[in-house]
Amino acid sequence: MAKSIWIVMQQREGKLHRMSREAIAAGQQLAAMVGGTASAVLIAGDDALAAEVAAYELEAVKVAASPALVDYTPGAFVGALGSAIAAERPDYVLFPHTYQSVDFVPRLSQEVGAALVPETISFEMVGDEVIWKRPILGGKLQSRVRVKGEGTVFATLQSGAFPVDSAAAATTPAAVQAMALGDLVADREILGVEQAGDDEVDLTKADIIVGVGRGVGGPDKLGPLEELAERLGADIGASRPVIDNGWLPRDRQIGSSGQTVAPKLYLAVGISGAIQHQVGMKGSSCVVAINKDKSAPIFGISQYGLVGDLHELVPALNAALAESE
Amino acid sequence: MRIAVCIKQVPDAEGRLQVAADGKWIDEDEIKFVINESDQYALEEALTLTEAHGGEVVVFSLGPDRVQDALRKALALGAKRAVHLADSAFHGGDAHATARALAAAIRSEEFDLVLTGAQSDDAGYGATGSMLAGLLGWPHAWLVMGLEVDEGGGSAKVTREMESGMNEFFRLQLPAVIEVQAGLNHPRYASLKGIMQAKRKPVDRPTPADLGLVADEVGMAGSRLEIVDVAFPDSGVGAQIFEGDPATAAKALIEKLRNEARVL
Repeated sequence: MAKSIWIVMQQREGKLHRMSREAIAAGQQLAAMVGGTASAVLIAGDDALAAEVAAYELEAVKVAASPALVDYTPGAFVGALGSAIAAERPDYVLFPHTYQSVDFVPRLSQEVGAALVPETISFEMVGDEVIWKRPILGGKLQSRVRVKGEGTVFATLQSGAFPVDSAAAATTPAAVQAMALGDLVADREILGVEQAGDDEVDLTKADIIVGVGRGVGGPDKLGPLEELAERLGADIGASRPVIDNGWLPRDRQIGSSGQTVAPKLYLAVGISGAIQHQVGMKGSSCVVAINKDKSAPIFGISQYGLVGDLHELVPALNAALAESE
Repeated sequence: MRIAVCIKQVPDAEGRLQVAADGKWIDEDEIKFVINESDQYALEEALTLTEAHGGEVVVFSLGPDRVQDALRKALALGAKRAVHLADSAFHGGDAHATARALAAAIRSEEFDLVLTGAQSDDAGYGATGSMLAGLLGWPHAWLVMGLEVDEGGGSAKVTREMESGMNEFFRLQLPAVIEVQAGLNHPRYASLKGIMQAKRKPVDRPTPADLGLVADEVGMAGSRLEIVDVAFPDSGVGAQIFEGDPATAAKALIEKLRNEARVL
């Protein structure tokens, strides 16, 4: 029997989240692989947005429209999607692995009794079953998982795992349908949204970035890195642990909860390359990794690497730059 | 207020990891274990809240005997009691199965709040706390960066991290499950007195039957996900490593960046 795949879009103020398009690409790929059709689910989108989604090759665009869905709350989203999933029993439901999805999708899966594969980076058919791949241990390893038992399978899709370019456009636009909605109860009283940092450092325009990781060891060890940045005309960025430890201010953070950068040169110093960091910098033209652990995932996305003690290597780089100036 | 804190003991992120002989997980023999990073912040938040509002913290954890160390540490930091879901029937579960076990244990007492980390540093599902909330029928929030319990304890103001450096603010009714992000406070160190007192604090070890659960609802038997295998990602593909002493390697790298990559 043909499988049905739903792809849940994320949008904000009428604009699709980039990862929604990646999810469409993944959904089309999964539909082709398991033999089925893919439909998009658009929560609180207007006609223009529905038309934009319908321009992709999809069976249908299901629109959940209600004033209760305009401001995101898990209660209303779980209510809307839960009743539709319970009624129509899709085989697979895909979501972009965004902070919004991770907030409500586990709860939704618990509510409708669906299996959940979080943070999927790829899937493949092995025999007659789908095997999903996802990072574990901060991306140091990957696990392949299978889903046991019957019923709907949910997967959230890691940023960048399914290229947007591979999403196929429709020859004729997909049908736009209104979704039947159950009771939508907001379980949060929304008070507001604001920028987390006070004075913004904009790393998105930097040509060269020296990215500082936990491996640096402490705020007192930053001197040689600052010198390196100065010699290269670079800005300093950092991975999350450095920020959480207070070694550098939060506006220097690069990664899924910080800035997304794409400089021509990114030097990752003492950064192991957790997936949350990679999504913020893997668009860089040239990545150099400096790390003591040669199995660190960062080397997998780097063009060049130095393996060893960064406290020796960074001063050596400074000396080499001074010599060639 | 009475606060339940769910913690997980995980491999130390700084340690060297190897795939186990059966290929299904890492080799746990030679590695150090620590309390999951975001769970440490959850525990700190709970201790701070009970210091301000009165009450007590009970810490819950699921896992084999080695988890005792993590629970003793939590007791040394100030938790009153611990509940260890140590029975082997509980082990190896996915987020659903683990949430089911935790929900049964937490439901057997009265709590105003459950605090836990947003994500484990090993399996990394980021789902257990939200599923636990669903099972308890309580509201939840994931990736919380700030928590203020309102006067009277009936509700709380929550700051939650969104993408692109934005935060959102909202109010939740209590009881609720709050899943915190690392970095929202400064976890304390255990005092010598705390460590001594921890030795006398009670640790319960209920079985599935004690919690009204059937063994195949929890652990590996109660899971929908099954790990086929684990492996290191294809690493080092394309990364040209410069060998030799630091000065030689550094010079070679700068030369390549100038003349091959042309980024300097």
